[in-house]
Amino acid sequence: MADPENYQFLNIDLGQYVEDLVDWIQTNLGGLLDAISAAIEFVVANLEGFMLWVHPLVMAAAIIILGFLRVGWGFGIFCIVAMILFFEMTLWPETMSTVAIVLSASFVALLIGGPLGIAMARSDKVEALVRPILDFMQTMPPFVYLIPAAIFFGLGKVPGTIATVVFAMPPAVRLTNLGIRQVHEENIEAGLAFGCTPRQLLTKVQLPLAMPTIMQGVNQTIMLSLSMVVIASMIGAGGLGNVVLTGIQRLNVGLGFEGGLGVVLIAILLDRVTQTFGQSGASGSPLYKYLKAMWWTRSDKDTATSG
Amino acid sequence: MTQKIVVEDVYKIFGPRPDQAKQLIEQGLSKDEIFAQTSATVGVQRASFGIEEGEIFVVMGLSGSGKSTMVRMLNRLIDPTYGAVKIDGNDITKMSTEDLIQLRRRDMSMVFQSFALMPHQTVIENAGFGLELAGVDKAERDQRALAALEQVGLKANANSYPSELSGGMKQRVGLARALAVDPTILLMDEAFSALDPLIRTQMQDELIQLQKEHARTVVFISHDLDEAMRIGDRIAIMEQGMVVQIGTPDEIVTNPANDYVRSFFHGVDVTKVFTGGDLARKDFVSVIDDANADPGSVREQLQRNGHDSAVLIDGSGNVTGVMTEKSLAAANSLNDAFIKDIEPAGADMSLSEVLSRVAHAGAPVPVVDDNGQYLGSVSQTHLLKTLDRTG
Repeated sequence: MADPENYQFLNIDLGQYVEDLVDWIQTNLGGLLDAISAAIEFVVANLEGFMLWVHPLVMAAAIIILGFLRVGWGFGIFCIVAMILFFEMTLWPETMSTVAIVLSASFVALLIGGPLGIAMARSDKVEALVRPILDFMQTMPPFVYLIPAAIFFGLGKVPGTIATVVFAMPPAVRLTNLGIRQVHEENIEAGLAFGCTPRQLLTKVQLPLAMPTIMQGVNQTIMLSLSMVVIASMIGAGGLGNVVLTGIQRLNVGLGFEGGLGVVLIAILLDRVTQTFGQSGASGSPLYKYLKAMWWTRSDKDTATSG
Repeated sequence: MTQKIVVEDVYKIFGPRPDQAKQLIEQGLSKDEIFAQTSATVGVQRASFGIEEGEIFVVMGLSGSGKSTMVRMLNRLIDPTYGAVKIDGNDITKMSTEDLIQLRRRDMSMVFQSFALMPHQTVIENAGFGLELAGVDKAERDQRALAALEQVGLKANANSYPSELSGGMKQRVGLARALAVDPTILLMDEAFSALDPLIRTQMQDELIQLQKEHARTVVFISHDLDEAMRIGDRIAIMEQGMVVQIGTPDEIVTNPANDYVRSFFHGVDVTKVFTGGDLARKDFVSVIDDANADPGSVREQLQRNGHDSAVLIDGSGNVTGVMTEKSLAAANSLNDAFIKDIEPAGADMSLSEVLSRVAHAGAPVPVVDDNGQYLGSVSQTHLLKTLDRTG
């Protein structure tokens, strides 16, 4: 074995440059960081506040009804079991806190990722520019995002959410881009032939037809947010991740299992429910379609009598 | 008849350096040679023709002949590289985007080969798509969309989704979507090619029926000769991006411009394609409308015109009898000169039926329409020529 020699010829210290950049941002862009922080804080705190304000039984009932309506009977029963488990594990506040961060982070990720994906789909140059950045964001180990997030935004839910946004955004961007680019050429032509303006082409043809793919991206973003939220508990994001972290620190298997199971249950709930929004045409469970059909016939009668 | 659409010396060259490619076209190089030299693809070259208001104009050619490019230049889904496309006298290649969008919304609509319906919309929403884009309010939009669906026989399926329909039904929705905006021009790009033969024939009949109710200017792209013959008032045949021949189905079958055009008819059973109406001609018969005319003078008239038979029609245009020079020579009155056992053929009659009548008749057989009006005659010579040139 050769000695670990120093082959550094150019004296480039990447780590030092990154640190310098971080210092520069901290001293010069403080206002911007504060604004971002305040905005994220506003979203997360209000969402979490709302979810904890709603009575747990009411919230559980709402989730169960959603499961029955959007997915089906089997999943509705699964929802009932999941809710009972959350109550039995006495993890309700932590669960709501995690869901709040996941939904806020996903919301912000989509708010940025959606338009970015649309821009990529419309211009090959933007695509060429953004694609490597997305690759970088996705392959960088997620723990690394915790460091700048903590430096810029301190500890707590805000840096946790921001690190989650960065980690979870790429699929939303990628799949929005892919979905729009995959829209069949004849549908685009049909849109144009009937007189679409560029905006109408986007809102009435491209986005609706790309929706199944875009919803896959939304689903992926939510799933990645959930996995990142657990990691982000290391910088104080709280919630179920914190339960898992405490379990690790105390080598408490039972606690770790409960926290982990909570995350899995949320993942299944969010995954199944968001996937139903990705189907084109008539979506929802048979029960949902039945109720919708009832509603339509009723409103038809209304218009018939009024008209 | 006014010309609704006029195409003037239109070229479409895909790829770099179109000027250079155009020069090579004018030097008479073929598409492949130009591609090898300039890596530019010639879509359409030197296209000039006019489309009459209210006719069904079929553009026919094999794949790669430029017919799809041609139709897309009529609503500028593809911009012509050179030349002008005039609709009602306005050159659309010089139109602003704003005006072009208005034109597409108001005057023309399109039907696509793979239907191109919006899967997230119901049938009635799809049918009202053009109206939605134009900002028509929902009540009126639904009413007009429903009326269009009724025309194509799909009123009952208004609230279904396209995924719940068969191919033929989907294309009816496509057709209803095009009709709902009440366009003056209908562009149909291989509209029936994806349908199975039985449904295809049905749709062709429906299109002809729709044309009878309300004559629109229809530009129909097809690679299928039977289809072109059935529905086309005139046919343009394209090869290598060039329009090689334009004419009525009859003209093209009897006088193909070149071997390429002739090759289309190989293996095609013209007795099924043509009807009595397609073959009826008046240029070799004299039409007499005076039942009391002297046989001798009619005979002189025949000799003067170089015709060998005459048809007597009454005041309302119905055929009374057919006479030849020979029968006139021996007769004292026109009534005596009538050839026995000639029964007029109907305009809708297939060629195979007309064939047996013409074969057994002693004179050209007159062809009449549904109301008994005389349209022209079919002679044995003319019929044999038609069969010979296409067999």
